[in-house]
Amino acid sequence: MTSLLTIKDLVVDFKTRAGNARVLNQISLELKSGEILGIVGESGCGKSMTALSVMGLVPSPPGKVSEGSILLEEEDLLQASNARMRQVRGGIISMIFQEPMTSLNPVFRVGDQIAECVLLHEDISKTDAWERAVEMLTKVGIPEPALRAKAYPHELSGGMRQRVMIAMALSCHPRVLIADEPTTALDVTVQAQIFDLLKDLQRETGTAIIMITHDMGAIAELADRVAVMYAGHIIESGLTKDILENPHHPYTRGLIACVPHLETDPTEVRPYLSEIKGVVPSLTELGKGCAFADRCPYKTPVCEERRPDIEPISEGHAVACHNVEYVVAV
Amino acid sequence: MNMAWMVVRRLFHAFVLVLAVLVLNFLLIHLAPGDPADVIAGEMGGATEEMLADIRKTYGLDKPIYVQLGVYLERALQGDLGQSFFYNAPVLDLVAGRAGATILLVVTALLFAIAVGTLLGVLASHKPKGIVSGLVTLVSVVGYSAPIFWTGLMLVILFAWVIPIFPIANMFDITKDTGFFGFILDVLHHLVLPALTLGIVYLAQYARLTRASMLEILGSDYIRTARAKGVAETKVYTHHALRNAILPVVTIAGLQFGSIVSGAVLVETVFSWPGLGTLAFESILARDYPTVLGILFFSSVLVIIANLITDLVYRIVDPRIRTGG
Repeated sequence: MTSLLTIKDLVVDFKTRAGNARVLNQISLELKSGEILGIVGESGCGKSMTALSVMGLVPSPPGKVSEGSILLEEEDLLQASNARMRQVRGGIISMIFQEPMTSLNPVFRVGDQIAECVLLHEDISKTDAWERAVEMLTKVGIPEPALRAKAYPHELSGGMRQRVMIAMALSCHPRVLIADEPTTALDVTVQAQIFDLLKDLQRETGTAIIMITHDMGAIAELADRVAVMYAGHIIESGLTKDILENPHHPYTRGLIACVPHLETDPTEVRPYLSEIKGVVPSLTELGKGCAFADRCPYKTPVCEERRPDIEPISEGHAVACHNVEYVVAV
Repeated sequence: MNMAWMVVRRLFHAFVLVLAVLVLNFLLIHLAPGDPADVIAGEMGGATEEMLADIRKTYGLDKPIYVQLGVYLERALQGDLGQSFFYNAPVLDLVAGRAGATILLVVTALLFAIAVGTLLGVLASHKPKGIVSGLVTLVSVVGYSAPIFWTGLMLVILFAWVIPIFPIANMFDITKDTGFFGFILDVLHHLVLPALTLGIVYLAQYARLTRASMLEILGSDYIRTARAKGVAETKVYTHHALRNAILPVVTIAGLQFGSIVSGAVLVETVFSWPGLGTLAFESILARDYPTVLGILFFSSVLVIIANLITDLVYRIVDPRIRTGG
């Protein structure tokens, strides 16, 4: 499969009062057409910023894309004109956000909001755009779509609104869909519905999806490949199966250990949930060493000296850790 | 709840309010010191006890206050607001004759303030720390803090003396006879300075309000959504953000209508604008109760109508209120 979207050595800096915060540090990612790529990590690790960089929506100032490139096939989006970026946004790459309650404009009917997207990207009449909106609402499983299209956002539930967002994002048949924690604000049953919906639509349309989440369960169910981020770095990436069953980086191992399990063996005593000790370091105070060093149980002197590069350890599986062999052996 | 039912309900509220206003105004003015009989007698050239008693009898001032109130309310509901002591004419005719000028002035000033203020606010919100924003803030603070008559006088100096392009007083030029359209143009020409004076004070508030409101809205999630679907930046401002940012502006416009009518008193005095303001000023000096009451009543009705309109506009602009009931 060819590579649809390639992020190469992307660096994004934010000027803050406390100094320069490097929110993305040498990020490299690849998205093949038709696949689902998961990006996991805790809050503030740069997942959303990666997405916004692709959309060309890094808030600037204070943010700035300092280095690197984002290639849509051959075209570098960081060099693209504003007009071209407007075509790309919503037309070729579209995005859904984690806050369905506030992501729709409260004063316009949802049908109009979807139709607006179609009108922006296609040479089509208003009536046809409205029909497309209704059709999209049908596709995302909204009952009585013709009626619901005339509803205002406040008349719909959170799950419905997220479906509307998905309908809007897919209305122009984009090639890439970025879903930034699409289910965080929804309750668990609705989360499952939304994941199923995304999976079905993906199968049907072949749209490649970048799924940003901190929900390991969602990753296990949906993603073909996973990249794990920590403090602005990608610290491990590989096939979902490899990452979940055979994680190499101490942080990834910690993350997976944190997922609570229903015990199969009732005699096994597990009184506490696992956690990763310590907190994420401030991005303005990252030293020259590994960003995870302070919290890492396997820390060695070299970890504070030099930041590890991300190196392949097997086919399609790469890790950024000085002591991979030791970590895995333990 | 549908719109028609809402309007009916609000109209009923408005009617009750009007009654309350009539009663309150009546009581308020009777609390004020001073005896109208003295003034009328003074006008007639002498104040003997006998004459005062006679005047009190003629105007019903010897009756108990609740009887006076009853008579006033009864007549008011029939459209009779009484007879002016001072002008010796029906109050309704006096007020109606002057109301047009005031409404023209106030509505022009308000529309100017809302249009220009909102525009400035939107411009300022584009770069909240930029030069434009700073200028808008400066102009707003100066415009808002300067006394209205001072602003008026400065505009007179600037546009009637340094660059003499606008007339400084009255509503039209009685020496000219230019036909209907000429008359309209002449009135508009005379309207510029008073409306500008009155508008500048309120413009400042709209500019600041819109700027703050826009900044808040521009940071919201649905603006990010609009950008993410490829909406051009200008349209993000004018279509997606302004439509939401305008809500507080609508609220304030309705509330301000009352204060802008009182602001008109000063402006009308500065520019000799023949409206309710000058009438109010003169009749208060003359203790002409019926006229003062008539003006208070009329401006209250204006405010009630303005609030009714605000309610309706709010429902049109914000769908959340429509279903909220």
